[in-house]
Parts: sequence; structure tokens; C-alpha cells
Amino acid sequence: MSEAQEKEITETGGKIAFVDYLILDDPPYLQAQECTSCGARYFDRRNACASCFKDQFRSVAIDQEGVVTSFSIVQMGPIPYVSAVVDCAGTSVKCTIMNVEPSPEYVTLGMQVKLMTYSMGEDSEGTEAIAFGFEPI
Amino acid sequence: MGSDTIWIIGSNMTRFGKHPDKDVVDLAAEASREALKDAGISLSEVGVLGVGNLMNAGAGIGQQLQKQIGQTGIPVFNVSNACATGATALRVAIMAVKAGETDVGMAVGVEKLAGAGLLGQRGPKPESETWQPSGRFGALSSTEGRIGTSIMPGVFAQVGMEYGHKYGGTSFELFAKISEKNHSHSTLNPLAAYQKRFTLEEIMNDVMIAYPNTRPMCSGNCDGAAAMIVVNDEKLKSLPLEVQKRAVKISASVLTSDPYVDGCQILPDVNTLTRNAASQAYEQAGIGPEDLDLVELHDCFATAELVHYDNLMLCEEGGAVDFFESGAPWRDGAKPVNVSGGLQSKGHPIAATGIANIHEIVMHLRGEAGDRQIEGARVGLAHVIGLGSACGVHILEKVA
Repeated sequence: MSEAQEKEITETGGKIAFVDYLILDDPPYLQAQECTSCGARYFDRRNACASCFKDQFRSVAIDQEGVVTSFSIVQMGPIPYVSAVVDCAGTSVKCTIMNVEPSPEYVTLGMQVKLMTYSMGEDSEGTEAIAFGFEPI
Repeated sequence: MGSDTIWIIGSNMTRFGKHPDKDVVDLAAEASREALKDAGISLSEVGVLGVGNLMNAGAGIGQQLQKQIGQTGIPVFNVSNACATGATALRVAIMAVKAGETDVGMAVGVEKLAGAGLLGQRGPKPESETWQPSGRFGALSSTEGRIGTSIMPGVFAQVGMEYGHKYGGTSFELFAKISEKNHSHSTLNPLAAYQKRFTLEEIMNDVMIAYPNTRPMCSGNCDGAAAMIVVNDEKLKSLPLEVQKRAVKISASVLTSDPYVDGCQILPDVNTLTRNAASQAYEQAGIGPEDLDLVELHDCFATAELVHYDNLMLCEEGGAVDFFESGAPWRDGAKPVNVSGGLQSKGHPIAATGIANIHEIVMHLRGEAGDRQIEGARVGLAHVIGLGSACGVHILEKVA
């Protein structure tokens, strides 16, 4: 575990985010790395920008609300889930849609959704993992 | 015609399906030897070998093949490029011939996938005692299911649904109808893994894999190989008239990767690189989509076929639903698409696919496609795309 991650656990009271780009602030938000040159946004660490090849980035918060621009209801395991792409004010986010019946009657293109978080449980040291999803507004 | 024109003089694909009695090299050997026989030339005349195989990418299948059919010391390029692996192997052979390094090239694509199950990221992995971030996202465990899906049926379902969000008109039934068409076409193809006709109801009521793709709307994992012999103009002229008459001209051969567009690292963009490949291919060939007599496109899922009508410019931008509803892509329609049955019925032995779809075009242009012959076909396009991404587009013409 990196120093930054250890620091984050301490600061957030024994919580750890499922992915680096989920920031456990109050309220939690998703953070992208934005190219300072062309504005392209990425959720993972970058060696350089895939769009303009420059290597300077700044952290930006992603809008909490968005619109479902695509989805699939994945039914290959015991529990079906809704995989979706959400357009959050121009930034595409990949996610699972939570708190919705996984059926095309309830999940629709153009549906308005907002960010939510939930507990994945604690590890043997009592650290609670927090994951994110989006839920219908 | 220019001296750098490349011709296909030999082509073969094995039956796609289950081949429990043959290993990868056996299948590659069968297709290779049949392609050589089809071309009427000896392995000793082949100057370069491009071999595609995805599941054993580090195993040197090309050299293993040589050990079974003939070790001539020629350069071998073992390639791996997702679902475009076969097309990439062919590109290697074409480029070597075009560069003047040799007069004759052979390309082979082979895969054994029967029973491989669903491809893509699997999960979730067993979790350790304490949360351990790993990978570029610092994820605590597999992201599959937690952050959407990376499994192919779900990814390509979203590709089709995205098109629906952008242009409207899509529905579960529409996607199922595309599958109905391809399964119907497959009944005429003896080399297809599945030759069963399905009613629309059967397709829609089958097991849902990733909405809106039910099981028959997904390409089948299976075993198979395809091989092709290409030559330059000079070599063609030295060959018997019989061979020259059956030769098919490669009017365009293009390989692209996905250029950066907003959101392309969230949901893979299979559109831009296909459109780019198609544009380049039409320009190279000096023809347009209106000139095509048939198209074999990469229908790895029913949802994918729809978007490629548009990407290959078979219709106006945004007009893929209307194009399908017009009946155009049926074998008796104005622009037959996937008369082989497509990947949904023919099967998708990954590295073989990118050569097998070109083989299908070759058969029609030669007038050798049997019961499924598109009468008078003179120009055809073959398209393949692999996530990651790689796209191959070839345009073939009957000249003689």
C-alpha cells in the first residue's frame, strides 16, 4: 500500500475507496485527471495524454449527476447487474447502476442518475471498503 | 493495372465448429495445404508466412506449422491483434509482397476455442485478507460487475445501445431480427458451425446473456482455420491461365487502430477506426459503398452488426435502423451482408475469422459459393474488428 493510500485511510476513518478515482470526501465524488493542454479526461494514472501527447494533468471533480447513454443488463452470473455509460456533464463514466430492477422496463436510455456509494465490507484489519455506483434520480 | 497489384490465388477455410480430433497446428496445416492446392503452387514458392493465433500468441504457431507442412527457412511473422489477428496476418503477407521482398506470400489464421466459454475479464477474483489496491485504477478487487462490465457480450450490447441513444429506433426486437437474418443465411453455408434457422421468437426467448443480446445473438466460440496465398502481378502472369482466371484482386487492404475520441477509454469506440478503415479502403480501391455486391462484416454480436452498417457507410450516417428495416442486408436485398451466416452462426475462431470473411468474398467473386452464391458478384468488402482496438478492411474485385 502506498503512503498516499495509508494517509487516506487514516484521514477517512478506516475507509478505503474501491478505486483511486473515488474520493471519499463529504460528499464523495469521482475525480479525473484532466490534460492541462487539451482537456481530455482520464480515470487512471497517465504517462501522457492519449489525445495530444502532453504530460501535464490536473485533478478535476466529475459532476455527481448524469444521463445514461448506453447500458446492458448482464445476466451471465447468479445476480444480474446493469452496466452503463453515464454522461456526467460531458465526461463519460463507466459504472454499475444500483438500486434499480435489472430489467429494461426500469432501465432506459436517457435515464437521469446520480452518484452513490456503498460499503463492500471490512477487511481483517477493520478497514471498510467503499464502492460507487449510480442510481436513478 | 499497376505492378504493385496484389492478387489472391489460393484460399481455403476449414469447416468451423468442433474439431476434437485436431490440434491448432493440424487445423492450420489443413487450411494451408488446401490453399496451396487451390493456388496450384508449391510451398517452396512461398517467400513469407504470416500466421495469426490469439490463444497461443507466444507459442510460435507459424514455425510449428512449418514443422508439419514444410520448413523452407522463409521469414515467419507470428501475429496477435485481437479479433483482427487474421486480417493482420494477411496484411503482413500483402505488405511483404508489395515491398518487393518476395513474389508469393501465405497468411494463415487459426484458433481452437470450442468450449472456451465467455471471453473478457472474469471475476470477481478471491479477495485477500486485507484490501489491496492494484492495477492502474488501484482497484481493491475485480471491477467486473462493480464498475459495469468488460465481458464481450455486455460491451458490444452497449455499443449497439449507444447507437440507439444517439440516433433512436433500436429495440430488442430489431437486434434480434439482425440475428434472425444471419442464422437464416447460415442454412446455405456447409462450413458454418451452426446451420440452424431460428424464428424471431426463438431468438428473443432464448437465454439472455447481456441484454439485449440473447445466446443466438452472440458469436460462437469454435475451432477453425483459414489460409490465403497472395502474389504480385508479375508472378500472376507467370502462372497457368486457369489460376489467372480465378485470381481475385485485392483493391484495398487497410488496418487501423482506434484514434483518441472523448469517452473511448470508457466504452471502447469501435466506430471511428472502422469508419477510418472504410474511408481509406474506398479511396485505395477507387470505389464507393454503392459499388459493393456483398459485405462480410464483424457481427461478433447482433448489436455490433447494426453500427457497422453505418461505419462502413452502407447507409447514411444515423440510418442503420432504416437500412436494416428496408431489407437491404438480406441475401436477396440491395446490399447483402453476412451471407455466410456471419459470426453468429458461422462461428468465431478468433484468429481465423479475419481471413475466413475474406475467403467468403473470394468464393462469391469466383462464382464458387454454391447454394449461397450472390449472382454476378464482382466487388466485395470484408471487415473485422478486435477490441483494443484493431480494424481490418479489405475490398476485393473480380477482374478477369
